[in-house]
Amino acid sequence: MVVFHAVLPFVLAPLLAGLINKTKAVFAGRRGAPLLQPYYDLGKLLGKGAVYSATTTWIFRAGPLIGLAATVAACLVAPLGGRPGPLSFEGDVILFAYVLGLSRFFTVIAALDTGSSFEGMGASREVHFSTLVEPALWLGLAALVRITGQFSLHGVFSTLSPDVWTAHAPALALVATAFGIVFLAENARIPVDDPNTHLELTMIHEVMVLDHGGPDLALIEYASALRLWILGSLVVGPLLPQSGEGWEAVSFVAALAALAVATGVVESTLPRLRLLGVPKLLVGAGVMSSLALVLALV
Amino acid sequence: MPEILLLFLLLAGMFVILSGGAACLLVRTPGAARRLGAASVVAGSLLGILPAIAILLGGGPISAETDWAMPFGRLSIGLDALSAWFLLGILGLSAVSALYSLDYSRREHTHGRTGAREFLFSALVLSMALVVVAQNALLFLLAWEVMALTSFFLVTSESEKESVRRAGWIYLVASQAGAAFVLVLFLLMGRESGSTDFDAWIGLAGRWAHPSALFVLALVGFGAKAGFMPLHVWLPEAHPAAPSHVSALMSGVMIKTGLYGLLRVMLFLGPPDPSWAWALLALGATSGVLGVLFALAQHDLKRLLAYHSIENIGIIALGLGLGLMGIATERPLLAAAGFAGGLLHILNHAIFKGLLFLAAGAAVQSTATRDIDRLGGLLKPMPRTGFSFLVGSIAICGLPPLNGFVSEALIYYGALRGMVDGLPWPVASAVVLASLGIIGGLACACFAKAFGVVFLGSPRSAAAEPPKEAGTWMQAPMFILSGACLAIGLAAPVAVGLVAPVVEQITSTFAQPSSAVSGLEGIARSISVASFILLGLLLLLAGVRFLVLRGRPVRGAVTWDCGYAKPTPRMQYTASSFAQPLTHFFGGFLRTRAHGGRPEGLFPRPTAAFSSHTPDVCTEEAYAPLFQGALALFSRLKGFQHGRLQLYVLYVSVTLLGLLILKLR
Repeated sequence: MVVFHAVLPFVLAPLLAGLINKTKAVFAGRRGAPLLQPYYDLGKLLGKGAVYSATTTWIFRAGPLIGLAATVAACLVAPLGGRPGPLSFEGDVILFAYVLGLSRFFTVIAALDTGSSFEGMGASREVHFSTLVEPALWLGLAALVRITGQFSLHGVFSTLSPDVWTAHAPALALVATAFGIVFLAENARIPVDDPNTHLELTMIHEVMVLDHGGPDLALIEYASALRLWILGSLVVGPLLPQSGEGWEAVSFVAALAALAVATGVVESTLPRLRLLGVPKLLVGAGVMSSLALVLALV
Repeated sequence: MPEILLLFLLLAGMFVILSGGAACLLVRTPGAARRLGAASVVAGSLLGILPAIAILLGGGPISAETDWAMPFGRLSIGLDALSAWFLLGILGLSAVSALYSLDYSRREHTHGRTGAREFLFSALVLSMALVVVAQNALLFLLAWEVMALTSFFLVTSESEKESVRRAGWIYLVASQAGAAFVLVLFLLMGRESGSTDFDAWIGLAGRWAHPSALFVLALVGFGAKAGFMPLHVWLPEAHPAAPSHVSALMSGVMIKTGLYGLLRVMLFLGPPDPSWAWALLALGATSGVLGVLFALAQHDLKRLLAYHSIENIGIIALGLGLGLMGIATERPLLAAAGFAGGLLHILNHAIFKGLLFLAAGAAVQSTATRDIDRLGGLLKPMPRTGFSFLVGSIAICGLPPLNGFVSEALIYYGALRGMVDGLPWPVASAVVLASLGIIGGLACACFAKAFGVVFLGSPRSAAAEPPKEAGTWMQAPMFILSGACLAIGLAAPVAVGLVAPVVEQITSTFAQPSSAVSGLEGIARSISVASFILLGLLLLLAGVRFLVLRGRPVRGAVTWDCGYAKPTPRMQYTASSFAQPLTHFFGGFLRTRAHGGRPEGLFPRPTAAFSSHTPDVCTEEAYAPLFQGALALFSRLKGFQHGRLQLYVLYVSVTLLGLLILKLR
């Protein structure tokens, strides 16, 4: 059972991306790619050779490896339903945030390694937005720690019994909303970034990985899928009261799927923000987190 | 080990450093002076570091004292856990910096003053060691002044440059102003206790007449050395001006002697007031966030690193502030986590900042420029230097699996712990969490910029000669320090075990249960497990990719140029453009200034240019007006001093006459 829980995210994560795309297709009146398309893409990319720019160094090749290794480590910390992650410990929220930072750091320097001005532009935007996400993330976590008195992600989410949940519903809703914005920003979704944009000049995340191909791109895509899963679990966690039943993993996965569908709806109905407008959204998330903290304190 | 042997090792180490340095003055050939100076610092440091390690591993404190000619006290030195912790960093970093200088100084112009520079370096190392082992205020002040003066002379090594003379001047003024506060502090404490011996002061703990006033004096005096914002203005001037191995030493350990002084005085003062903790937290948050912001806006590689020292001093202050808060509110685990995190970060910062300055020094020496925007692609000609700089960058950003993460995680953990206790401590914790989060994000941005622009991509300007990899003696120290970064990251429980006696010394002085540090073992063990898993995953994935790519075509090509026919290296993103969104967003604090004109018209003239620079707000807005005002005030006294001998004789006679009348009356 434990092994099943540990393996589940690694198997199901690409499905979330498929769900988002399917939702968007439905909204656009298309039939869309099959739900399992992300798996086919990964398989195809893994079957290819590699092309490396002559400007690049070993940093460019190490970027996808470290990016995925760090994301997997974050995945090992993240809880699933009422179950702790295999690597869960008291204070694991710190590790969770910082391995994601490690992954981002190497994505950014791998982009700079190509010497392309477009990839530099994407890298610059990435570090800008991710810096503004930090206060929202940490103040939100602080509010959750305050409410539950627990120091690990599993502890926090498994303490949210229906009683605790009803007592702190406004604060939890604010945290979930703030984390929802963090989720959209960190996963490069609309309204922060558009994964389907076709112009290098307007991209953020996609432009950073422009020069990666073949198995390297597969690693990057898989890491993105995992990030969708683990940051999604941060959004779902505060919204789902836990009672310690065995079927909670099922409801958890269902909630993640619903989140993916909601993301697809957001992407179909909202325009992308202007780049200068994004910081306002992210600071807004920080304000919501601090408000949640204030509510949790009184 | 017997106490007398440890004492002997300590004194022998200091003697070796002193005599080796003095002998350098007598040696004529520069090469021999360099080797003698480096060898004596390395040998002396290795001798002196042994007692420090022995004490941190659980040995009791050692001390020695004797009579001397100074009044109100005895010549006494001692090594307790707190001193040993700082001594470990000072001597460790001194040894590797001395090794580095073997090759580094060979390529610098020393104007025939190699011997003098080696002597000054040895004297700086010795005085820093003496500052942390002194157990008497006069000895402490003596060492403090020697440390300030030797480092001043080392900073002004290239005194033929105008900018270096200015930097040296600012440094001298700042360090003497800080020392004045320390002097007043020690005078007040000496008057109240009737002795200059630290032993007498610790006996008065909790019974001082005005402890908060003493704390403020210590905060200003020692804070000027440590580089708390807004007392930091000398750091970004002095660190870039100094030779790189001296910058490493100054930034890595010399500024920490300010923190040592602050901690030592807090032990004398006894039970802390919560307001002290708030002051440290406020200073820490300000220094941390503004330090990294200003770092982000710099184009000068060594100036950027200097601002990061201010940021890290801020992080340390946040940790120490949390620890103090834990003591003031009697929460042992909060105190343990805060102090352990802060103290460990002191050592960690010495390691990775030393590493970064050494690597930056190698890059600057081989390219002859500190301007990041003119560099690029250095990882290819200088792979080992580049690798070391990368390790230092990851460590300073606090990313796992390196040492910076361990100490920052402890501070985070303390802040999370403080979150669940009663009001108003959660507010302090929230301040720490939010500041650390922003600092972390900005530090990653800044080092992605520094490493990415300097070492990756293509060169942005044609160098006079192709850059060459640093010499062996410069590489070895970088590898030693990189290894230390990884070792502390992987062996976090060992590091926490080493710092435990220091934390226990502090908490037991304030009559807190000392066993709380063991509550940190769990998180330390988990961090090291996670670090090993991270490395294991990395190896696994590298193996998978190797197997997948085996037998498949792996080709080289050009970077995807988005259809541009002729991209040039100058079209790459520069450091300024990379940081622009963030510097624009925080423009209210930074006040970056742009120069140059836009291209205008259909056929723009080739004179259109753009450049920007970010001067220090505190220097410009606070200190410059202050010193201008002082200058205007004192220039009124100029009338008395115009070089006419007759008038001077008149002053003397009038004064004498006045004294005579006063006496006769």
